[in-house]
Amino acid sequence: MSDAQSTDSEQSGALAGVREDLAGLDGYRVALYATVLGLTAFYLTPIESGLVTAFKTNPEGVSSTLPFAPPPGEFFTLEKWQTAISALGRGMVNSALYAVPATIISALLGSFAAYGLTQADWKARYKAPILALFVAAIFIPYQAVLVPLSQFWGTVPLAEVLAPVWAVGVPRAYTGVVELIITHVAYGIPICMVLFRGYYTTVSEEMIEAARLDGATFARVYRRIVFPISTPMFAVVLIYQFTQIWNDLLFALILVSTESSPAAPVVLILAGLGESQEGQDFALRMAGAFVAALPTLIVYILFGDEFAEGVAT
Amino acid sequence: MREFLSSIRTRLRRAGRGGDSDDTDVTTAGRVATDGGTAAGGAAGAAKSGGFLDRLDERVGEDFTESAVFWLPPFLLMGLFVYGAIAWNFVISLTDYQGFVGPDYSDLDFEMYVRAANDAGVIEATINTFLLVVSFTAIALAFGLVLAILVDRDIRFENTFRTIYLLPMSLSFVVTAQFWLWMYNYNNGVVNILLGAVGIGPINWIGNSQIVLWAVVFALVWQFSGYTMVVYLAGLRAIPNEHYEAARVDGASTLKMYWRVIIPQLKGSTISAAIVLMVFALKAFDFLYSLVSGYRPPNGTDILATKMVREAYSVNNWAYASAIAIILFLMALSIIGPYLYYQYSKGEL
Repeated sequence: MSDAQSTDSEQSGALAGVREDLAGLDGYRVALYATVLGLTAFYLTPIESGLVTAFKTNPEGVSSTLPFAPPPGEFFTLEKWQTAISALGRGMVNSALYAVPATIISALLGSFAAYGLTQADWKARYKAPILALFVAAIFIPYQAVLVPLSQFWGTVPLAEVLAPVWAVGVPRAYTGVVELIITHVAYGIPICMVLFRGYYTTVSEEMIEAARLDGATFARVYRRIVFPISTPMFAVVLIYQFTQIWNDLLFALILVSTESSPAAPVVLILAGLGESQEGQDFALRMAGAFVAALPTLIVYILFGDEFAEGVAT
Repeated sequence: MREFLSSIRTRLRRAGRGGDSDDTDVTTAGRVATDGGTAAGGAAGAAKSGGFLDRLDERVGEDFTESAVFWLPPFLLMGLFVYGAIAWNFVISLTDYQGFVGPDYSDLDFEMYVRAANDAGVIEATINTFLLVVSFTAIALAFGLVLAILVDRDIRFENTFRTIYLLPMSLSFVVTAQFWLWMYNYNNGVVNILLGAVGIGPINWIGNSQIVLWAVVFALVWQFSGYTMVVYLAGLRAIPNEHYEAARVDGASTLKMYWRVIIPQLKGSTISAAIVLMVFALKAFDFLYSLVSGYRPPNGTDILATKMVREAYSVNNWAYASAIAIILFLMALSIIGPYLYYQYSKGEL
């Protein structure tokens, strides 16, 4: 955010700087900028090529144009975007239905856990193993828990518990969405906890000590002091979690299982999009990729710094 | 929740005393103490002869019980889903569970592990997993380090370049798989067009089982090297300027300065980035699934993660899939274990 505000002044300064640079350019600077620009091309080419392809009627047939060249007039079409949006629209809603609540709940629980473990003064030797369990859980491959997860959700009578919800007219297939919320929360807690813990260890202890001496309870200190000052970290954690949950395919595949389900998340539909007996419709695949990536792309463009902070910690 | 806990404590205290006459006093003391927060220590002392929670308080401190409300529920939820599930998974791997009839827990043995050890498919998947994890991690680290050093060399529009390099990281494996499937297209893909311009190819990247794994590694490096860059950039910025200056004064060349002075100080960044990259590589399932829209990834890219999901959800070999999952878990543990020990020895846990 602050980045966006400062770019204007920065850029005019930078442009003046570029002129200065051009005046006194030496071989080293030329090589440096050439490398940096070459790398930029490396990172942007797959995205750019995908974008122009999504506007082509038949990318395989348009062999007269390069894969990264925009389509000539007669091969230009918006049809693939329309198809992608109508195929993925329902999936976008489904993804939002579990990604948003799972993101918020896991961030809150992660914050609770981090507060409970940093601001409490109980003996440190009991804390290390608990923290180790949290940290290790971040790195567990999901495959190690899939079969029990299927067994567990097969046993829990979620459909009966949710019967009142179905009565309102929600399709029964949406049990998968509820399962995805709880599953993503459980597996999201460790990383949220670790991110918040890194932040809470930097919070001044004096302020909290003072509040405690004034007789504030542990819970009250959280509500009145720790939670309000956590907002910058909440931004980081929410962005990180939303991206992870929106992008994850494996749990969606296991818990919702078919892309034809009315509750299928967008990534699940995208994975099978443009696949047919005759071959692959690459233009449709590319359009679909951009539609599915839109929410996380928007988040990334608006909150790039928070995103970087989230992944780097 | 607090009231609930304090009433439990009071009840436990009462139980410990066997219903003494000063019941009410203790109750009030307990209430007052918990409400007053700081006075709680005194109340705990007063009820010395008391129940389990008082003794727990003495052993681990009053703060334990107070803070448990905050960390215990998330800890239990995570613990059950992660560690409970892994334990359950291990038990299932000892059964013969397959098809649609539930697991039979009365007959446990290591048969599935013997089968896995003799399965050429599992051995190939293990080798591929190892190759993928090691090569991807090494290349992404090296690439990210170069990016970080370049971005750190006082270039204009630094923020813009950094944003572009990190951009693929915000995309789903499923999305990047779509892009790279098109990049690697035999006739019309960018990769073959560019190689064709210098007289190489065309190469069947996805169809050739000898090279497809490297094509996947390259695509994953594209997606995650920006992440390594961010980690290294934070590490570079934490190195005091004096270290650069000292190296300059000693007459070290730029290359020598990085190699001898700067890179050794990035050890912490390297370790934490490597751990995360390895885990991404173990999770590459999403990417491989999306390349073919199915459980059978391209020939030559079958890794333990894809083999496990296929055995479970495509052919219902649940116990066998669980055994493969445990093998994968042990691989992850051999990475995480030393990392946790390293963190612990640094006092970060």
